[in-house]
Amino acid sequence: MKSHTLSVLVENRAGVLSRVAGMFSRRGFNIESLAVGPCEEPNMSRITIVVNGDDGVVEQVMKQTNKLIDVIKVSDLTKRESVERELALIKVAAEGGPARAEILQIADIFRAQVVDVGSKTLVLQVTGDTEKIDALEKLLRQYGIKELVRTGKIALLRGAKTVKSSK
Amino acid sequence: MKTGARTLIEALQREGVDTIFGYPGGVVLPIYDELYDSSIRHILVRHEQAAAHAADGYARASGRVGVCLATSGPGACNLVTGIATAYMDSIPIVALTGQVPTALLGNDAFQESDITGITMPVTKHNYLVKNAGEIDRVVQEAFYIARTGRPGPVLVDLPKDVSTGAAQEGRPVPETVSLRGYQPTYQGHVRQIDKALDLIATAERPLVYAGGGVVLSEASAELLQFIETAAIPVTTTLMGLGAVPGDHPLNLGMLGMHGTQSANYAVTECDLLIAIGARFDDRVTGKIDTFAPNAAIIHIDIDPAEIGKNKKVDVPIVGDVKAVLQALLSRMQKRGDTANWVARVGSWKTQYPLYYRNDDRLRPQYVVEQLSDILKGEGIIVSEVGQNQMWTALYYCFKKPRTWITSGGLGTMGYGFPAAIGAHYARPDMPVIDIAGDGSFQMNIQELGTVAQYDIPVKVVILNNMYLGMVRQWQELFYDRRYSYTELPPVDFVKIANAYGVEGLRVEEKADVREALKTALATDGPFVLDFRVEREENVFPMVPAGAAINEMIGVRQP
Ligand SMILES: Cc1ncc(C[n+]2csc(CCOP(=O)(O)OP(=O)(O)O)c2C)c(N)n1
Repeated sequence: MKSHTLSVLVENRAGVLSRVAGMFSRRGFNIESLAVGPCEEPNMSRITIVVNGDDGVVEQVMKQTNKLIDVIKVSDLTKRESVERELALIKVAAEGGPARAEILQIADIFRAQVVDVGSKTLVLQVTGDTEKIDALEKLLRQYGIKELVRTGKIALLRGAKTVKSSK
Repeated sequence: MKTGARTLIEALQREGVDTIFGYPGGVVLPIYDELYDSSIRHILVRHEQAAAHAADGYARASGRVGVCLATSGPGACNLVTGIATAYMDSIPIVALTGQVPTALLGNDAFQESDITGITMPVTKHNYLVKNAGEIDRVVQEAFYIARTGRPGPVLVDLPKDVSTGAAQEGRPVPETVSLRGYQPTYQGHVRQIDKALDLIATAERPLVYAGGGVVLSEASAELLQFIETAAIPVTTTLMGLGAVPGDHPLNLGMLGMHGTQSANYAVTECDLLIAIGARFDDRVTGKIDTFAPNAAIIHIDIDPAEIGKNKKVDVPIVGDVKAVLQALLSRMQKRGDTANWVARVGSWKTQYPLYYRNDDRLRPQYVVEQLSDILKGEGIIVSEVGQNQMWTALYYCFKKPRTWITSGGLGTMGYGFPAAIGAHYARPDMPVIDIAGDGSFQMNIQELGTVAQYDIPVKVVILNNMYLGMVRQWQELFYDRRYSYTELPPVDFVKIANAYGVEGLRVEEKADVREALKTALATDGPFVLDFRVEREENVFPMVPAGAAINEMIGVRQP
């Protein structure tokens, strides 16, 4: 079992996300994360889905996704050179004293930005691949994470290659 | 002003729709008003489920897209079982539903239900039309999607204000449909076809396993030519019956849970299995690991997602069955030496024929055999679900495609009678017979009203065992004869038929079976035959759930 990052180009229409997500849950495919938004084409959207499964399962996932009329193209980026990024916002307890300084130091190492400073908390913004965010989260846990939100992974192929509509 | 409803009717006419099965209600009033003096015939059913099944029966009998129409909320929800039935068997229908006005969408308005949401898992695609200007395009796409590629149901939801609203006039309707997200593959890959031919040329024990895809693709003639040219025996699924004549020497009959011994043994022993328009369903394969354990597998299907879904395949060929068979035939240079194998499976056919006790009792198998003998393939046979369905599949000799109509994938009781109504409108030249159980018939018995009103000459043959027979059979075999809630009290079906103005006859003696069938067939209008059959007759052969398909019970052992 392995995580696969799928890039799914879809028609930008009402209901398309529920078609894709509904098909996944109906067929018992596990979504680890999902990110959706507009893309370079005005009436298309790109959904990045991370699924877990062996190669046979992922092949079924891709074929079933492709069958949806509103899906234009599906590619598995895992097998190709790609850049993958996630963004997280982490609200961490920082009541002053040495903790606050330590957190700022950790943030610095991870190139995380402080985007909100309160008297009792700091909000950090960090981008990177999944492992980096996991690592930061783990380190911050000792100070007390009050809230955390992650965007889900987004990804693009490296170089001039693109995932375009030619189904 | 040209309204959305008017636009809809014209769009349907452009698609060649001649018949709609439907039931009216508040939000479809504008559409019904247009139907009132339209050239399209509307058949008023007695329950929307029947409208969907009738559209489906129409599609299966004709190969054209069937159409049903219902109002919003309860009407649309009543279609769902029929849509799901069509979806599981890849049947092209277009379901039109009314919807509350767009301004009220999402407000829990009177008779609102999110029918596009509800039917998402059971349609090939669906649409909620937001303005009348979209109707032309949506209807054209809906029919195109329903009938092309792997066919399936498409639902179009039409809010009331869209039907009453003005559609722009004079806008040209596009000539062809082009959808960038939907481009089915029709031609098989030549390299794969040649790989398949290599396997065929060297196989000693090849077997064709043909499914409903052969019927959907209108590929019966090609399949017949293929098995005869290559000298390969064939077994068909429940959905594939009729694709090859039942009495063809190479035809081993149906395989699977209630398959024939020769078919199931052939699957187990073959060294090459050629699956054509079939999907390795669990009712076919039994225990999947022991299905065709000695065989290389070639799988031909138009839906790439079916290939490799349940069983690993050696040569996948994505394409339209007809086109792929044509390519195989035109590129075939050498066939394998299959003479010994053909002789062997042929001897199984005589060694292990279907068997039931043909004594002086009125047994259901006998009724089906007699009907088969009388019609000689010249009729459309529809079934309900349960023992009646399996006895028909086993004991009726289908000679042509599209003469066998049954709910295979979903197994919907109550399907047969309304589907028979649809089949009649598709093929008014053919006698249409619904072979029913007393349980299934009572699931859509209200359609007696429809056949009476329009004098639809559908004949209902009830194999009345006063049980939910198939469930009782499982209880007998696997639950120690504890018949928990499967007994049905006797019903006077003749009286019920008569009350609707339909003729009927009860038959209790074996000696009267043939005469009764002939009487019903000779009657111009609808007819209900109530055969009081042996109550605890079972369907055999049978593969118990989870067993390998050569481990059949109720058979003479080899
Ligand atoms: C709508 C629906 N409900 C329940 C079932 C489960 N089921 C399968 S066969 C069967 C019994 C069918 O009884 P009947 O129609 O009398 O036919 P018989 O098996 O006796 O020929 C039942 C309840 C089903 N297939 N469809």
